[in-house]
Amino acid sequence: MFLVIGSNMTEAHPVASTFLKNAVQNGAKLIVFDPRNHKLCDFATMHLPLKVGSDIALLNAIMNVLITEDLYDKRFVESCTTGFDAIKEKVMGYTPEYASDICGISADKIREAARLLASVKPAMLCYTLGITEHTCGRNNVLSTANLQMLLGNMGMECGGVNPLRGQNNVQGACDMGALPNVFPGYPSVTLPAAREKFEKAWGVTGLSGNVGLMMPQMMEGLVSKKIRAFYIFGENLANSEPDIRKVEHELSSAEFLVCQDIFPTETTRFAHVVFPAAAWSENEGTFTNSERRVSRVRTACPPPGLAKPNWWIFKQIAKRMGHDWQSDSAQEIWDNEVSVLAPSLSGIKYERLENNGLQWPCTDEQHPGTCFLHQNGEFTCGRGRFMAVDWTPPAEVADEEYPLVLSTGRRLYHYHTRTQTGRCEGLNELLGEETADISIEDARRMGIEHAEKIRLKSRRGEVVVKARITHEVPPGMVWMAFHFRETCANWLTNPVFDPVTCTAEYKACAVKIEKYNEKSN
Amino acid sequence: MSMVKLTIDGREVFARKDSTILHAAKSAGIRIPTLCFHERMKPLGSCGICVVEIDENPKPVSSCSTPVAEAMSVITKSDRLLSIRQDSLKALLVNHPLDCPICDKAGECQLQDLVYEHGITNVEMQPPTSKFTSAYSTTFLKSWPERCILCLRCVTACNELQAHGALNVTEGPDGKLISYDSDKCVSCGECIQVCPVGALLEKKSKIRWRPWEVKKVRTTCPYCGVGCQLWLHVKDGRILRASGVEDGEPNKGRLCVKGRYGFDFIHSEERLKTPLIRENGGFREASWDEALDLVANRFKQIISESGPDAIAGVSSSRSINEDSYQMQKLLRAVIGTNNVDNCART
Repeated sequence: MFLVIGSNMTEAHPVASTFLKNAVQNGAKLIVFDPRNHKLCDFATMHLPLKVGSDIALLNAIMNVLITEDLYDKRFVESCTTGFDAIKEKVMGYTPEYASDICGISADKIREAARLLASVKPAMLCYTLGITEHTCGRNNVLSTANLQMLLGNMGMECGGVNPLRGQNNVQGACDMGALPNVFPGYPSVTLPAAREKFEKAWGVTGLSGNVGLMMPQMMEGLVSKKIRAFYIFGENLANSEPDIRKVEHELSSAEFLVCQDIFPTETTRFAHVVFPAAAWSENEGTFTNSERRVSRVRTACPPPGLAKPNWWIFKQIAKRMGHDWQSDSAQEIWDNEVSVLAPSLSGIKYERLENNGLQWPCTDEQHPGTCFLHQNGEFTCGRGRFMAVDWTPPAEVADEEYPLVLSTGRRLYHYHTRTQTGRCEGLNELLGEETADISIEDARRMGIEHAEKIRLKSRRGEVVVKARITHEVPPGMVWMAFHFRETCANWLTNPVFDPVTCTAEYKACAVKIEKYNEKSN
Repeated sequence: MSMVKLTIDGREVFARKDSTILHAAKSAGIRIPTLCFHERMKPLGSCGICVVEIDENPKPVSSCSTPVAEAMSVITKSDRLLSIRQDSLKALLVNHPLDCPICDKAGECQLQDLVYEHGITNVEMQPPTSKFTSAYSTTFLKSWPERCILCLRCVTACNELQAHGALNVTEGPDGKLISYDSDKCVSCGECIQVCPVGALLEKKSKIRWRPWEVKKVRTTCPYCGVGCQLWLHVKDGRILRASGVEDGEPNKGRLCVKGRYGFDFIHSEERLKTPLIRENGGFREASWDEALDLVANRFKQIISESGPDAIAGVSSSRSINEDSYQMQKLLRAVIGTNNVDNCART
């Protein structure tokens, strides 16, 4: 059985979705929690179209039913977890009737979903950015883990909490310590022993023990001048971050901006120096996917002009700042540094990655890799900790002036800001422009025709875009992607963030639709 | 799973009780020719090439769908089997045009290889007939319905592997036909990947090639976090095509539209090819030395004036692990700050 929350898998992770659909064809059950009636719902045993941003209320109510009706896994809860009493107390406040008012799902349906979830073991929970891209994103994630622990679906194949990573190497970039609070392999920068280890390995002294800034804080620092130099590697922030006008104000405020990319982008316009980088398939390396599988990336063609591998560029800057780094290829960096410094990767060497790669933890060179985590209910910190959390609404909700909720994401035929897919023969033919997806009911109410141009406004900005009338979107919602510059959803999105993770609330902001008359405009 | 012992071509072979004769033979290193059979699909039984003789059974059976049994005796090569296979191939060729010189599949066509292997040199040709309800073309695909051998791999792949339901079998006046529903097709290209002949071909690349002219490079897809394994087919420094690695984890040969057709951005003329330095409101080209010196000196100046925490960097979760490692090392060990992040956050 599967529980898929906030994941439009058939478009955002198409190949993963094929395996899920195959399982359903072979008899597996599938429950989908998602405001939209997207393609995966065609395969679902149950689809709960909850209101945007009401996940915690729904999940707490499901747990309420599991505990009230005595359907949870008592053995797992008793032997492998802590904090049950606190979570029990918390979810007792979320009766199906109470949650129903918040999430728009009937109490009966909530009970039915809870009973179905408890009827099959194991159940695999998959989520994507529908969970994380909220001001309560961290609490959403904790809720999914609470549910899976209560059901005893942890530490087994086909169980667990499975985030489908949005980008090819999100997992890897975090594993490598490209985060302000941890070194490669995740030891905290605040631990003296960790700093000592990396000081020794890197031949330096005095590594900083202060947790660094998260990306949105860095961008704000450009305006306050706290940050004087900003180095952006392979990201088109001017299109991908919420509230483009704010982001561009921040970028244009930068005293010294370095961009390293494969194309000129909306972001490189603000740079003082641009470094041309070798692209995917122009150098050797590794990516780490959603299942923590480290796989090889290989060279097919030489980079154009003077473009160079990214790791080489960083090494050259280090050299000019008095540091002579030894590793001189991606393989040397991995084999001699990464896998030596990160214990969970220490068994992974390039020579072992010729075919299917290896899933970490892989702790020595005979280790076969780890397919799933927390085996036998043993968690990294010992017992799994229930973390009782309350539902909180999105920072901006629909009101009289802006009566609709805008939610955003990706479409099948393009990727992010189209720097890559926009330059691939044929993909623009399959999807050549953005649309604002609206419900049949709202279109009828406002007298909007399919493909009619409309003006969509939020408190941050506006776009003129064609309406796409679809049964996928519920009344009261507008859905858009961020692939096309002029009609990018991020002209409208709200630059508010989860207080802990600093992930932006791309999934909810308030908008209004106005008729657009081409002649008068 | 319990094992059984059987004999294949006089050799004793152990096989799992639930395996087919074809799988048992393959694990023992004995090749049985196949055409419609595909490792990733249930046996289709449409071609009659994989026949073998078992025990005293007067009628040969399909090895792809017949399970093994204890003490079974299997013959995979005999004059009789050769003749049956030749007849099956001839039956396919009757309506399959011998247009191999102009077919893009030539050189990697399973029918072409089997015909050659089985020594077939002449066939009573009939005019080729369409095996599709109608020819069709998509952004990335062109169909050649007269070349179809109705193996049904494409239909099975579309319905049972990718679960899109864009291809179906319909009954025509003269037998089965393949029908295509453009509303359901999402251009994943699985049908092209499994087609054993030149009935479904890619049309993305304007360059044509024969398989022996290309180098195949295995790599990982650069788009979402699934990490599909793909082959890049490369000729003269250009990627011409991408295909799924049939037995590769985690995708087991499957790809989506971006993984299969989203590779040619690297050849775009718009690529950045030289370092650029801002000057007079625009950019001018610069050498690596000049650009790197400028950045390093500016960083040093800012560190001395405002301390290392006045510098920040974001790494790319699109690029390789080694690049992210290097960037955080630059910020931490050289500049002296933990102001490093990556686009996983937002």
